[in-house]
Amino acid sequence: MGGERLKIILSLTPPLLIIITLFFGGILYGLLQSLGYQPAIGKYDINFSAYYNVLFSERYARMFWTGLGLNLWVSFASTFLAAVFALFAALAIRKTFFAKTICNFIYSLNLPMPHLVVAVGMIFVFSQSGLLARFASQLGFINSPGEFPVLVRDKYGFGIILAYIWKEAAFFFIILMSVLQSLGENFEELAQSLGANKWQRFRYVILPLVMPNLFSASIIVFAFSFGAYEVPALLGVIYPQMLPVMAFEFFLNPDLNARSEGMALSIIIALIVMILVIIYFWLTQAKIRKD
Amino acid sequence: MNSNLKKINIYAIYLGAIILILPLIAFFINAFSFRWFYPQVIPKELSLQAWVRLKLIPKSGQRSFEGFIDLWASNPAVIKALINSLTIGFLVTVVSIIIALPAARVLGLLNFRFKKLIIFIMVSPTILPPIAFVLGLNINFISLGFSGSFLGVCLVHLVPIMPYVVLTMTGIFANYNPDFEHQARTLGANKTKTFFLITLPAIAPGMVVAALFAFLVSWSQYLLTFLIGAGKVMTLPLLVFSTASSGNPALTAAISIIFIFPAILILFFTSKFVSGESGATSGFGKI
Repeated sequence: MGGERLKIILSLTPPLLIIITLFFGGILYGLLQSLGYQPAIGKYDINFSAYYNVLFSERYARMFWTGLGLNLWVSFASTFLAAVFALFAALAIRKTFFAKTICNFIYSLNLPMPHLVVAVGMIFVFSQSGLLARFASQLGFINSPGEFPVLVRDKYGFGIILAYIWKEAAFFFIILMSVLQSLGENFEELAQSLGANKWQRFRYVILPLVMPNLFSASIIVFAFSFGAYEVPALLGVIYPQMLPVMAFEFFLNPDLNARSEGMALSIIIALIVMILVIIYFWLTQAKIRKD
Repeated sequence: MNSNLKKINIYAIYLGAIILILPLIAFFINAFSFRWFYPQVIPKELSLQAWVRLKLIPKSGQRSFEGFIDLWASNPAVIKALINSLTIGFLVTVVSIIIALPAARVLGLLNFRFKKLIIFIMVSPTILPPIAFVLGLNINFISLGFSGSFLGVCLVHLVPIMPYVVLTMTGIFANYNPDFEHQARTLGANKTKTFFLITLPAIAPGMVVAALFAFLVSWSQYLLTFLIGAGKVMTLPLLVFSTASSGNPALTAAISIIFIFPAILILFFTSKFVSGESGATSGFGKI
């Protein structure tokens, strides 16, 4: 028994050490800095002024609250739309048809694609001189690039949402395809033989069966899109700005006080993600139990 | 009625596929065209100019074998970044697999106190955003001298990769039967032999998938490399980002094509392993 315990401890120590020192250590250090503990510039007292400044000061409060609004809008919209798109694609694509394998590959293609590249792709396709604007111009819908709607680097975050839909739909798609495959069509055939129509089969048979996987995938997607930097940095505007970009820019600011505020902001982002994930988990678990 | 509906479904799928592939088409047109001005849809002339400017293809007239070798030996920025990305990805993947192997075995096969807590600690980097830890770590690494070093970048890449490799391999070990090892041992095989002849072949397929995707996670890392590398460790994502911000579409497209090449290759070779059931897929959420 003692030997086994030693084996467990020895095996688990290296990965735990990495996570605890680098990840939790980084968070702890960020937390200390955000509380004003900055030995590098001779500040040792603990205070909440960085948090107060970010949340309520005249200088930053407006930026923060609009940024938070944008964050919530982008994360909810992109998670929901990507999931819906993937659900319909997966339901339609599992039937046999011409070029099914190719379609399957294309729908999974964005899965290993780095977010950065997807963001660049959105600029190429949706900007005012992008591929779609060119199509629109050839077809005579618009006369000049300025007439094409602003879809990237826009203040509503459309470009950011599009990029996340592009990328995460593939993630949802793969997960849904495998769930649907493992279920087979027995349940649906049974429902059909009992007289359920297409909508009823979808609502009362397929949806409850795929929901648990859809929920857990959407937690990952939501948390990621809430805290990621690259996509909003490339596709966003200066105001309103998503919180991770704001935190990063505070941090790189030569003014060392802004650095504390950047740290405070990054801790706030982490806290919000944690709270939202817990609420989401709690709601969906209750929902799944009820179903 | 029903067959009409089916037709509409299938056309919708084709339309979706075309829309999904538009960025890729735009990448190739941008990278291989010259003066692709609005409102042309099809470029008037094809050109390798972007590739010549990135010093990946020699100027016309020097496109011999020696020309290529000379050009690449002059160590252009893209080649340097490519080598850095490959080296970091490879090192981090190997280290993470070696570290994760014993841990995953213990987590997959044994039950013990605090197991849930340990798994919770292990997966927390997959939910909490990287910006939450990397800003603090950045300052820490500066004082430890890791900042701006290759080693520092490798260490920080382990954070997003570790949880994912441990989880995937835990899944593999959960379906693994260690009795075969006992049999090999009673038949006289030593520990090393048992590992290479019994354990490794059984876990290899899952391990390869875990490794390939661990590599991809490292390959696509921007923020962590930027902050810990402090501008001294140049990798492909950093190059893509700075070129994209400076706004030259042809150069951005050309570097992006190099950047996505391994991703597509890996998807192509692993598509039969990639299904939502395998833990491997959950790692994609982080790329």
